[in-house]
Amino acid sequence: MGLTARNLTIAFFALLAFGAVSPMLFGAARFPQWMEIVIGGLMSGVLYSLVAIGLVLIFKASGVFNFAQGAMVLFAALSLVRLMEKMPFALALLATLAMMVALAWLIERLVLRPLVNQEGIVLFMATLGVANFLDGFGQTLWGSEVYTLDVGMPKEPKILFESTFDGGILVNMEDVIAAVIAAFMVALLALFFQKTATGRALRAVADDHQAAQSVGIPLNRIWVIVWSVAGLVALVGGIVWGSKLGVQFSLSQVALKALPVVILGGFTSIPGAIIGGLIIGLGEKLSEVYLGRFFGGGIENWFAYVLALVFLLFRPEGLFGERRIDRV
Amino acid sequence: MIYRETGQFKSSYASDAQLLPILQDRIFMIGLLAFAFVVVPAVGSEYLFDAILVPFLILSLAAIGLNILVGYCGQLSLGTGGFMAVGAYAAYNLAIRVPDLNLLVIFILAGLITTLVGMLFGIPSLRIKGFYLAVATLAAQFFIDWAFARIRWFTNDSSSGSVSAPPLAIFGVPIESPIAKYLMVLAIVCVGALLAKNLTRGAIGRSWMAIRDMDVAAEVIGIRPLTAKLSAFAVSSFYVGVAGALWAFVRLGSWEPLAFDVNRSFQLLFMVIIGGLGSILGSFLGAAFIVILPLMLNQIPTWLAIPLSTAAISHIEVMIFGALIVFFLIVEPHGLARLWAIGKEKLRLWPFPH
Repeated sequence: MGLTARNLTIAFFALLAFGAVSPMLFGAARFPQWMEIVIGGLMSGVLYSLVAIGLVLIFKASGVFNFAQGAMVLFAALSLVRLMEKMPFALALLATLAMMVALAWLIERLVLRPLVNQEGIVLFMATLGVANFLDGFGQTLWGSEVYTLDVGMPKEPKILFESTFDGGILVNMEDVIAAVIAAFMVALLALFFQKTATGRALRAVADDHQAAQSVGIPLNRIWVIVWSVAGLVALVGGIVWGSKLGVQFSLSQVALKALPVVILGGFTSIPGAIIGGLIIGLGEKLSEVYLGRFFGGGIENWFAYVLALVFLLFRPEGLFGERRIDRV
Repeated sequence: MIYRETGQFKSSYASDAQLLPILQDRIFMIGLLAFAFVVVPAVGSEYLFDAILVPFLILSLAAIGLNILVGYCGQLSLGTGGFMAVGAYAAYNLAIRVPDLNLLVIFILAGLITTLVGMLFGIPSLRIKGFYLAVATLAAQFFIDWAFARIRWFTNDSSSGSVSAPPLAIFGVPIESPIAKYLMVLAIVCVGALLAKNLTRGAIGRSWMAIRDMDVAAEVIGIRPLTAKLSAFAVSSFYVGVAGALWAFVRLGSWEPLAFDVNRSFQLLFMVIIGGLGSILGSFLGAAFIVILPLMLNQIPTWLAIPLSTAAISHIEVMIFGALIVFFLIVEPHGLARLWAIGKEKLRLWPFPH
């Protein structure tokens, strides 16, 4: 499972081909401008990955396709922003984290446990119900205006490589910090998964539920932990997205954008979620700039999906997904 | 006791294969139809027709379509809203571009156009399944939304992007009053449901169910996945397209692409799951549940005389709706149709214990 050299090569070449082909095909683009688009695309790709990681974590551990991840992002961001009005940032962060853990526990207790052994589609619909509930609950509890989340990220863009290129390359520092945070979190997750006993148990559950249970790993506790970790990922995603776009209802729609990402990367692979996010972000921005005018603009909305769809036709299990063999 | 089949012998193949083999079911169905066609129009209020019955019936038709795809053939689809939009805009363009076309012909042609689009987007199902397919159909949803918002031809170059249905009339009879609209929709839905029920009972329906239960095994016993899957997409899209045309022409009158966004797809999926996968009856029950529940939730604060802002009410409504969905899935994952079946089973003995 997971990251094989061959898959990595495919991903690498896909990225490379994407980058190399786009300026050649649509020509005439000045290099710095193209570079800006690429960087912007990769940065928004990182943000998609942040949501997609949450999806993959839960899918791996409990086989649930968690549609509520976007709602969790919104809920975490809303809680944080409203708590910050009353207490210092660090305390608000802790309180929000506690809420996400409590939420994970409640979801496990009230939704997952009664639905154990049901078909995937029933669980999927249940998370849709949870998403609805969280959207409504968050906005009832915290209000539904657009809040600005200010955690001290620099807002003004910076110009890099001014000496090398004419006019330099405009980079949004906020995006760079977001990317660094995301990378840090992924590293932390990797450490957690590889080096701790809990992480090992999580990986065992992801591999085989029954085998894990038979060696004495408590499934229920593992699920709570996984949903808590997904809540943490949602919180980080909420901070980054919220400070970029403002905390508002549309945050919960981010989950829809994460779908093509996990499709591209494969449902069961965290590296896949990251690389898929990068490809989708990049593809979206490049297509909007270079292809958009042929279609009358606005193709950002569906390009990611069509990209994922075309990709699926050639590799149905995604970049890093496990190949499934059907037997009668 | 009430619902017992004792003594009802089947002495011919025809009586063995009939739609409702049990006398009580036949009586109930005739009574229900008589009630819907005669009693309801006589006593119903305008609000009942416009806000409850017409939306319920049209969405039932769409839910039947989706149920054929998801419940009978096992192909998860999140693009239903988009296919409804195809039906709606196809009907609109037929109505304004082809003069003097009968309304029923418009609806059928709109359904056929949606069939073609649905089959096109069904092609990936030959390669991919499950959630991967769901995302593929989501691609259809977003692409269709975008196409109707951006491509001017579809909306006849209307500046605002919203279009209006022409006045409705069948064979010179105007369909203006709520009762007339209700009766037309009811007739179409009845015919559609009957056809769907028979399709799912026949060879084609069985091939869908074989594919749903295990596609590899179905292939081994000689069912072509290509034919079975694409025919499910075709039939399903036809129903959804007709429902979209009805929703636009009868329910909305004038509409924008936003009327058929991804939330509509989710709403229809909820109906199918709550009603019962693989059940025509379930499509109706699910539609009734999803149409009536928000109306009820809306009324509760008024009954209890709790002063709440409209925004708060809508948030709480969304919240309770979500909680109820989870609740229903836990209590009866097989949907309301299963509850109905359990009820019938109980009636065989009731009021006796054995």
